[in-house]
Amino acid sequence: MKEKKKIYFLGVILIILFSLFIFMGLNDRNLGYALPLRIAKITAIILTGSAIGFSSTIFQTITNNRILTPSVLGLDSLYLFIQTFIVFIFGSSFLATSSGSFNFILSIGLMALFSLVIFKLLFKKQGNNIFFLLLLGLVFGTFFQSISSFMQVLIDPNEFLIVQNKMFASFNNVNTKILWLALLISFLSVGYTYKYLSSLDVLSLGRENAINLGIDYDKVVKKMLIVISILVSVSTALVGPITFLGLLVVNLSREFIKTYKHKYLIIGSMLLGSSFLVGGQLIAERIINFSTPISVIINFIGGIYFIYLLLKEEKI
Amino acid sequence: MLLPFLHENYRLSCQRSFLYPSISPLKKQVCFSIFYKVSKFSYKKLNIFKIDISFSGKLLFIENECHNHYHYIKLANICQLEPPVGGIMKKRYLISILIILSFTSIFIGVKEISPLDILNLNEDKIQILLLSRLPRLVSIIAAGMGMSISGLIMQQITQNKFVSPTTAATIDSAKLGILISLILFSSAGSLIKMLISFTFALGGSFLFLGILKKIKYKNAIIVPLLGMMVGSVIDSITTFFAYKYDLVQNISSWMQGNFSMVIKGRYELLYISIPLLVIAFLYANQFTLAGMGEDFSKNLGLNYNRVVGIGISIVALISSVVVITVGRIPFLGLIIPNIVTMYQGDNLKKSIFPTALLGALFLLLCDILGRIIIYPYEISIGLTVGVLGSFIFLYLILRRNS
Repeated sequence: MKEKKKIYFLGVILIILFSLFIFMGLNDRNLGYALPLRIAKITAIILTGSAIGFSSTIFQTITNNRILTPSVLGLDSLYLFIQTFIVFIFGSSFLATSSGSFNFILSIGLMALFSLVIFKLLFKKQGNNIFFLLLLGLVFGTFFQSISSFMQVLIDPNEFLIVQNKMFASFNNVNTKILWLALLISFLSVGYTYKYLSSLDVLSLGRENAINLGIDYDKVVKKMLIVISILVSVSTALVGPITFLGLLVVNLSREFIKTYKHKYLIIGSMLLGSSFLVGGQLIAERIINFSTPISVIINFIGGIYFIYLLLKEEKI
Repeated sequence: MLLPFLHENYRLSCQRSFLYPSISPLKKQVCFSIFYKVSKFSYKKLNIFKIDISFSGKLLFIENECHNHYHYIKLANICQLEPPVGGIMKKRYLISILIILSFTSIFIGVKEISPLDILNLNEDKIQILLLSRLPRLVSIIAAGMGMSISGLIMQQITQNKFVSPTTAATIDSAKLGILISLILFSSAGSLIKMLISFTFALGGSFLFLGILKKIKYKNAIIVPLLGMMVGSVIDSITTFFAYKYDLVQNISSWMQGNFSMVIKGRYELLYISIPLLVIAFLYANQFTLAGMGEDFSKNLGLNYNRVVGIGISIVALISSVVVITVGRIPFLGLIIPNIVTMYQGDNLKKSIFPTALLGALFLLLCDILGRIIIYPYEISIGLTVGVLGSFIFLYLILRRNS
């Protein structure tokens, strides 16, 4: 029961932030204009926050560590690379004229493919080597980053502004068409995971124990990895890279709910992820007037929190 | 290698001794073969041992356990200091390749100058050589040596093979420094910019080390992860202001490593790194000791804090000078020291020179490739180093893992 109460508490916080976001400054004159825009925006925000919370929790369970998240794998740099590449080759007019769903599906497809390749490489080597994972992430991150920064220097400053918008996560220009597509994909993958929730509890005991207890380890892990790569790609392609949100959210949720049951952990991280993003967006919009992208705020707060966590904890 | 405590009929040879992330950055694996003396000239191989020891010489694991532990520890420590010298890492090979590449580098460029022209140089060609080609060569060698040595020192001080100025908040802080100097002193010369960014780089590195010191539970991943976290917090501050003042692309072009802008009058700051390299060479032994951990090195009579301070200052100064004159060169500080220690072991006195040579060599090779591939245009050095470095590093990790 204790866990449930905490989940409700998180839910209430999200609802408060949600209503603040929707109703702040709303009156009958701007209702018809602002409301649909705000609803689209907050749907995107909650979708992203949930996707990040969901995928990071599962990722940490599968890899059996508490400090890495899928974004460490260099997916962010890959996303930037794809965007820069498109602008570099086709010019910014391509991004402007095509409805965006093509770019979206292309990005998702490439990123999912890439993460699958990495996971394959990783899990082929037995022993769950986190060093290897981190190294691979570093290497690929640098690889894509150096190619994209080379192209960024070459392109026209006006075109660069288009890339710059893509470089930082932003909810200010959510394309509604993409949004429905993203919602659909996410719901499908989350629904697919539902029946594996109890297996995840067992998986967190480690590979040997899980196999002893009758879990088809390789099969479950592989399926979960596919879900993770799809969700990460969706959230990155929808709004742009938010590197440290996953880390922050999962650790906070573990700290707060203090349970090993994934049923609660996952819901907790999803709620926390959404609340963080809504709160961050509120700060960005209302307090500092759009002067900085939300990912900067998240990275700043998230990074400091993480360092604090390391300083405080005896063992992670 | 004959060891004094073995019976004279036995002989031990150390096959490889390396310390590498795929095992764990905090320990070292040493491989021995034991030989039995059959006759005066022939030995019979009896067994192979693999042992793992930690930095401070604690025995962690022995495969084929049978003999006295003490011997292995002693063995491992001896081998740690005198690993077999890998063929390609011999100084004379490195030096001769470097000289060949340097000559090649001088004669590559849009303006054609062939080696035969040296005998009858006209005014024009002398100008090209003195104004552009030679400064470029010198700056590449200085930057390559500087960055790889910085990485090596960083890795020793933090006792972690993943740490380099890029993953330890040094470069990110230098970037913040450049931004501040662009906003506040936009008309200042590059010396002022360098000083500001040096101050920031130094501050950032010490911040990282300070936090690192306070953390109780350190492992191979946490250390570089912490560096990246500190770096990303600093980077988010930079981005905040860069976004505000519309300097994102400007900063991006500052950070982009590029040697084509190096001409006489623009690169002289890099000469600062030469005395720093000399200091690094002089302090090599102290850095090796510092790499054994604070308690251990203090026991050995080392002024730990001073040595760390000197090391970090060298790293920060070299990093900021390179960032100001050339830009960010990814990976160099990470892969070069790792490759060299794989062959040379961790004694800095032995590995520092090959590291410097290999760093310069690798950078020069990348630069030549970048100039040839789309001749007469150029691919920036950041790209070639990033791509080539990624592949080499990936290959090394995969090979080591299998």
